Parts: sequence; structure tokens; C-alpha cells
Amino acid sequence: MTAATPALPTPPQAPRRGTDVAPLAAPDAGPASRGLRPAGGRRLVVRVTVIVALAVATVAFVYPLLWLVSASFKPRSEVFDNRLVPATPTLANYVTVWQDAPLALWLGNTVVVTVLAAGTVTVSSALVAWGFAHFRFRGRGVLFGVVLATMMLPGAVTLIPTYLIWHDLGMVGTNVPLWAGNLFGSAFYIFLLRQFFLSLPPEPFEAATIDGAGEWTTFWRIAVPLCRPAFVLTFLFEAQAAWTDLMRPLVYLQDERTFTIPRGLKSLVDQFGPGGESQWELVVTAGVITTVPMILLFFFGQRYFVEGIATTGSKG
Amino acid sequence: MTATPTVAPAAPPHRAAGGRRRAGAHERHARRAALAFISPWIVGFLVFTAWPILYSAYLSLTDYDAINDPRWVGLANYRELASDPKVARSLWNTFVFTALSVPLHVVLALLLALLLERAGRSSGFFRTAFFLPKMTPPVAVGVLLLLLFNGPYGLVNRVLGWFGITGPSWTTDPTWVKPGLVLMSLWTVGASVVILLAALRGVPADLYDAARVDGAGYWRRVRTVTVPMISGPLFFIVVVNTIGGFQTFTEAYTAYFGAGNSTYSNDAALFYVIYLFQQGFQELHMGYASALAWLLFVVIMAITAVQLLLSRRFVYYEAEQR
Repeated sequence: MTAATPALPTPPQAPRRGTDVAPLAAPDAGPASRGLRPAGGRRLVVRVTVIVALAVATVAFVYPLLWLVSASFKPRSEVFDNRLVPATPTLANYVTVWQDAPLALWLGNTVVVTVLAAGTVTVSSALVAWGFAHFRFRGRGVLFGVVLATMMLPGAVTLIPTYLIWHDLGMVGTNVPLWAGNLFGSAFYIFLLRQFFLSLPPEPFEAATIDGAGEWTTFWRIAVPLCRPAFVLTFLFEAQAAWTDLMRPLVYLQDERTFTIPRGLKSLVDQFGPGGESQWELVVTAGVITTVPMILLFFFGQRYFVEGIATTGSKG
Repeated sequence: MTATPTVAPAAPPHRAAGGRRRAGAHERHARRAALAFISPWIVGFLVFTAWPILYSAYLSLTDYDAINDPRWVGLANYRELASDPKVARSLWNTFVFTALSVPLHVVLALLLALLLERAGRSSGFFRTAFFLPKMTPPVAVGVLLLLLFNGPYGLVNRVLGWFGITGPSWTTDPTWVKPGLVLMSLWTVGASVVILLAALRGVPADLYDAARVDGAGYWRRVRTVTVPMISGPLFFIVVVNTIGGFQTFTEAYTAYFGAGNSTYSNDAALFYVIYLFQQGFQELHMGYASALAWLLFVVIMAITAVQLLLSRRFVYYEAEQR
């Protein structure tokens, strides 16, 4: 009964709107919801062209990865035969590379560094971002400006003094320099998380203040649970950065047993690649082992990667 | 259960009384709490940014080999920069790489995003396909570069062969080393495609309709409606990739620079940060490497500033209209 009454005003209104606007709207709304589609008989041709172009591009983007995986199952003489399906498939490369190089050790090192780097940066950046998002205080704008400015600084400028700090602390040769800098937050994530915190509705926090909740409780019990997707995003982004980094492992790690997997892969390229022993099948196989975890990470967190990167662009 | 009700009423009067007693007490409390939350960053900034900047500036005026104490040499390192042929070489290489890769990157990303926009429901699948290379570790990208662009056996030249083109020796001919690196870098265009696709979807449809009524064809609409409407994200991509281009390291280092004394080192791929790394951590010329870092900083700042100035003319921000 009551449900019908609110519905009543709409029907008489709808046709009136329709007749008013229809002559204007029809040619616009007709061809497409998205405005770029051309009208007329060419539409099918265009549609086919789009799909063909996308398919060609997809092959160009995905084939190199398939090529890499395929080559890892080929004997040495067939690595460059460019067949998608190996003529004589073999697991020998995986066995050999696993025996010749401390791959398990490298993978373990990389997992440790990745988890520590991503975990610390998520927690520390969340704290700092909350400090900038929740409180008003004099100097906040200037301080946050400094945070943003540090993003412009090329890593090369701080590379050598940072090395010397870790050197003086006796940490060169350990994995600590690869992640411990993340204990102090990272400008990009502070910016990103602050945006998320600012987008939260104010009501729960007002309620918390009235209830007399402390600042820590407000942050930990209310803000953090509301922003879980943003933390997952931060963790995933940093996990990718930490897993794939080569520069810092090159600078800080000398002992082969402490290598991360990209650093290890580089040493295999030096040993077996150009100018080396030309055992490309081993390099390729180690390349697959280095890459697959990142592909899995992507499929695990695809939504976060895609949406996170799309937001990055619109905020810039 | 019983503890919470007793604590909760007790706390607010306490704080409220404090607030009433002294004006600004609330602000002081907020400031103290804020600083507590921000303190990790403040410590990190002082130790890992501010101090390194100052120390790097100092080191650039010294001779330092990481073993003996730094020896003051004044501006000698900077004078050496000007006469070091490898600095000129690596700067040139870096300029060429960036100047080739950034425009191609932006155009390709835009084309792919335009295609994706029209892919309808299948756009998610294609977007994933375009993004996957971005997940590939740069070291593995460097390996792929050596394999796919191999002169006689590589896949790239095989495909070119189908069209009757004899591909060059991408990885060994100095003329083709940088174009090969540029093409390989285009493989990781996926993130920009995602950004631009999101931007395209934000362009109001009625603008296209208005343009169509005015008789504008597809490419004209792209040029006069799409590009201006997404010029913000386009500019973002240009700036980020330019800064990234000037610091390019891993792919080229993996492919062309071995550990220590490899004979394969290739001058055509000697990018600026690679030279800086060699000077700082292989030759242990840490003073000179610090001077190199400051030159890089100045170059990047200058180019970004020019881009920002240009952006005032070409970039349209919706916010400015409000």
C-alpha cells in the first residue's frame, strides 16, 4: 500500500520528460552509450578491426612469456627454435638449474625480504598517513609537502650515503638494507593511504571521540578495518617492487648464498649467458622461476593492481 | 564486558575538562598525537633522506674510496664530469633512449586504451594480457631482450623475416642496441594502458555527441575531445616515464654489463645510472659518483620543470573550471 504511493508520482512524470527530451536525445543516445562508436554500416567492419587489433596486440604481449616458459622445457639445442610446443620436452633444465645454483636459498631469501619489505612499509605508511589525514596541526601542509617532494628525488642521490650508513652499522652483506628503510614509511604509499583515509565518512570517528576512545583505538579499531583494501594494495605494490629489485641486491649482497632471486638470475646470466658458457636453457629456466611468483601475485591481486594503478594516474 | 562501561564514561569528562580549562589544549593534544603517528617518517626522513642529501653533496667535493677518509678536492669532480667522455656518452645514450621511448610509450598506450575502450565486455581479458609483462621482473625482461632480439636466431628477426625484412643484429650492433632496448621497454606499457583506459571512461559521452553533431570523424574526435579531456593523465605518464627513462638501469645492465670485468660491456647501452653504479660501487670512486648523482638530479629537475611549463599550455584540468 505504502510502497505504491511513492511510485505514483514517477509514472506521470516519466512520459512527460521523455516527450520533452526525446527529439534531442534520440540521435545521441541511439548510436552508442559510449560516444566514440561511429554510426552506420561500417560498424561491423570497425568491430572486427578492433578485435583483430586487440588479438594481435595480445599475442605480442603474452607470447614472450609463453616463449620463456616453453624454452625452459627445451634441450639446449632447441632453445632458439621458436616453437611454442617443445619438440622434445624435458624437465632436465629445472633439475640442472636447481642443482647447479642455490635456487631454493635464493627463493627463500626473496620471500623473506619481500614479506618484510611489504609488511613494514604497509604498517609504517599507514601510521604516517593517518597522522596527516586525521589531525589538524600547524605545519601540516608544509610537512606533507616535504613528503611529496621526496618522491621527486632520484634514488641515485641518496644511494651512496645510504650505503655508507648500512656499512657503518655493519649490515652490508645482510638482507637488512633491502627492507629496513621501509620501517619509516614511503612517500608514495603515505600519499596513497592518506587519500583513502580522507575518503572515510567522519561519523564513526565522531562517535568514537564521544565514546572517549583513545587515538590509537580510533586508528586501529575503526580506520584500519575500513581501509583494508588500501593496505592490501600497498602490500602487493611493495611486494612486487621488493621481489623484482636488482639495484639494491647488487649494492648490498656479495655472498651468493644471500642473493635474492633477481640477483641470482643476474649472476646466472653472467655465468651462462653472452660471453659466458652459452647455456641459455638454464638462464631461461631461472628466468621462469623468477617470474612465475609475480604472475601468481598478479592473478591473486589483479583487482588491486588494476584499480590501484588507475587511481595513481587520476591522482597525478 | 564489565570493564568497558566503567572506563568509557570516565574518560570523556576528563578530557573535556582539560579542553575547557586551557584554550588550545585540544590543539596541543592533536599535535602531539599527530607527531606520534608521523614520527616514523620524520626519523626516516632525517636519517635516510636529509642526511644522505647533505652527505652526498659533501662527498661530491671529495675523493672517497670507502676505505680511506674523504679527501677534499673542491670542484675537481665537477670539472672532471665536463671532460669525461663516458659522462657525455652515457648522457647521450640516456637522452636518446628517453626521447625515443617516452613518445612511443605514450602513443602505444593511448592506442591500446582506445582499442580496449571499444572491446566491450572482453576488455578485462585484454587488459590482463597487456598488463602481464609489467609483472615480469626487469632482470627477466633483460634476459628476454637478449633472446628475442638475438640477431640470427631471435624471434623478432624471425617475424621480420616473414615480411621480407632482414632484421639487424639488435644486441651486438651499436646502432641497434638502443632501439632494441626501446622496443623491449614498450613491452611493459601495460600500467599506462590501465591508467589511460580509466581516464577514457571518465570522459563525458555528451562531448562526443556534440562533436559528432558537428560532423567530426573518429580520429578528429580523438584529437579534439579525447586527448584534451585526458591530458592530465597523459601528462602524468609523460613525466613519470621521463623520470624513469633517465634512471633506466636494470634491463640494460642485465643484458649488457657483466659482473666486474666482463668483456661484453657495450658502450651503446651505457646509461647514466649504470655508469654511476660502476663508478660508485665497482671503481669505488664514491666522491665522483656523488657528483654524477647531483648532475643527474639537476638534469631531471630541469627537464621536469620544462615539462611542467609546457603542461600549462597543453594540459586541461577539470578542477580549474570549478
